[in-house]
Amino acid sequence: MKSRAHRFKENAAAALANPVLQASMRKAKGKFVDKRAIAIREIDDFEATREAAKQIRNRVIENLDLWLEKFEETATARGATVLWAKDGAEICRHVVDVAKRHGVKKAVKSKSMLSEEAGLNLALTAAGIQPVETDLGEYILQINDNEPPSHIIAPVVHKSLDEVADLFAKTHHTPRKTDIPALTREAREVLREHFLTAEMGISGGNFLIAETGSVALVTNEGNGRMVTTLPKVHVVITGIEKVIPTLEDLATLMRLLPRSATGQSISNYVSVLTGVKRPDEPDGPEHLYFILVDNGRAEVVGSEFQDMLRCIRCGACMNHCPVYQTIGGQAYGWVYPGPMGSVLTPLYTGLENAIDLPHAGTLCNQCGVVCPVKIPLPELLRKLREKQVERHLRPWFERLAFRLWAWVASRPGLYGLGARFAARYLTWLADGKGSIPALGLAPEWTKGRDFPAPEGKTFRELYAEKKQ
Amino acid sequence: MRPRIGFAAIELLEAAGCEVIVPASQTCCGQPAWNSGDRAAAAQLAKKVIVEFEGFEYVVAPSGSCADHIKNEYPVILADEPEWCSRAVALGRRVYELTDFLVNVAKLDRVPGSFAGRVTYHDSCTGLRSLGIKAQPRALLARLPGVELQEMSGAEECCGFGGTFSVKFGELSAAIAERKCANACATGAAAIVGGDLGCLLNIEGKLRRMGDHETQVLHIAEVLTAKP
Ligand code: SF4
Repeated sequence: MKSRAHRFKENAAAALANPVLQASMRKAKGKFVDKRAIAIREIDDFEATREAAKQIRNRVIENLDLWLEKFEETATARGATVLWAKDGAEICRHVVDVAKRHGVKKAVKSKSMLSEEAGLNLALTAAGIQPVETDLGEYILQINDNEPPSHIIAPVVHKSLDEVADLFAKTHHTPRKTDIPALTREAREVLREHFLTAEMGISGGNFLIAETGSVALVTNEGNGRMVTTLPKVHVVITGIEKVIPTLEDLATLMRLLPRSATGQSISNYVSVLTGVKRPDEPDGPEHLYFILVDNGRAEVVGSEFQDMLRCIRCGACMNHCPVYQTIGGQAYGWVYPGPMGSVLTPLYTGLENAIDLPHAGTLCNQCGVVCPVKIPLPELLRKLREKQVERHLRPWFERLAFRLWAWVASRPGLYGLGARFAARYLTWLADGKGSIPALGLAPEWTKGRDFPAPEGKTFRELYAEKKQ
Repeated sequence: MRPRIGFAAIELLEAAGCEVIVPASQTCCGQPAWNSGDRAAAAQLAKKVIVEFEGFEYVVAPSGSCADHIKNEYPVILADEPEWCSRAVALGRRVYELTDFLVNVAKLDRVPGSFAGRVTYHDSCTGLRSLGIKAQPRALLARLPGVELQEMSGAEECCGFGGTFSVKFGELSAAIAERKCANACATGAAAIVGGDLGCLLNIEGKLRRMGDHETQVLHIAEVLTAKP
């Protein structure tokens, strides 16, 4: 997917000006946040479980190559083929090759963020293979001219019922309806046909289990099961960091994932898929491929950003982020939104291509305290800011301003004078009123709010007067 | 900006029996530089603060975010300079946010001010999530018989200030502040109270822009020392 992260500011402004999105985001916020808060109370010791989950993920990432080898060995032993992809282009090449090898004309897809990273749908279409998204949200986006998702687990959270009703009527040539069960029934009818005729299923994977060579899929719609069992070929696309050692580890992580994500004790479906269909089994794919993707991840291993690789893609950080809650996910410009996206996008697509994202947070640490694998997101954002400064990626005037400010702040006399001048200037600007509607020196501040007028003299002045 | 807050803090500390000294040479703790990725500037100011303050028994700041910066970030900023780092750690042990200090160290039980009316309290992010400032300001407010505390929904949610965030993404920052203001006003409080000036400027600025010139926005120290 082509990144639009360099246009964050414009994207955010557009989101603020979009009333439908604003209304949808307001609704979503309560749903995610409140439900999670209730769900985590079911766990006896939530903090200890978080710590255990963190340890599980760290254990893998510290020896990622070994765990991947182990996974390759066990998966291969169960008849799967493991392929490695360096980047998005290589993902597309592998999938098209596999499709051609098995004479595939149509591929049904269950949610896969990696295929978004790769822009896989476009590549499949170009190769004459029809991709059909079967996750309801992803399907809505696909029929809306391949609109990008705005959330990693609820991709159409920014959309209204009315928008979906219009879209279905237009695409399916059916009478417009706004009854949600009727709309889902309609989608199901359309998709059923595709499930039965597709020769290939493409899915993501929440976890890869090294001891068994399995992939675990966590979903809420039945589509994942269809995609992975009906077609004769199943292709799993996941990032290399998704491996975990054992099924027992899966159990620990599953205590946290659905609760953190949607506030469910358990998702509607949890599938652990192992190997190709055996002769005594009634269903399952005859051919199973794992495409394990680097696309920037290997470079993060061993770096100061390694903590980020623990991410289990629950979305809690974005659900709780004041910025995400206000502008939704598309403004972030690439596959991953919210705090985790503001860390991942610069890491995977280049620091210089997402210059605003590490700054697009208030460092309020709401994300850090809800993350089920304890990723210190604000700290990582701050480190990215530091990298930008090191690599001279910040605008010259900003760097100059900080230098100047630090120079003045090291000189108390000058600093006191500056503060005195600023207080006088602001008082003059306020002109006897309580607040200042427009600030020449910080125009951004007064775009949406006033600046409260200072009292007149500075603390420093008054304190000195008092001491005398 | 608001010298009253500084004087109110002094008054409270003195009421708790402390001798208060405000070093004249102090300027800024350097947090804006650190949060903007300028490690060199942050280190320079950190050292200045360490030198100025390490001789005191306790260091108290009427701001959770400044206190946290000195207490928890200085050792990180100076991690590569072991001698400075250990001085930072030693200083950090004695750094407190004002309400935390008043409640847990100085054990202030009689609050000097008198304030009457309904208030709501905004929990500033850094104080709340890094220093655990939550019960302390409420305990102090409870000592003012005229104060009726009405909690707002989402009291722990960010107000959208975020330091440089507020001047980098003004519209966005103000849009977040709007939610905070709406939640605060829904309580019917006559005053929104908090412990960090940044948040207070943000909230007050938004209220005034929204046309609300009635609701007061006050630092907790101002409330605790208010004169009838
Ligand atoms: S960073 Fe943490 S909270 Fe955010 S999606 Fe990943 S695991 Fe979930």
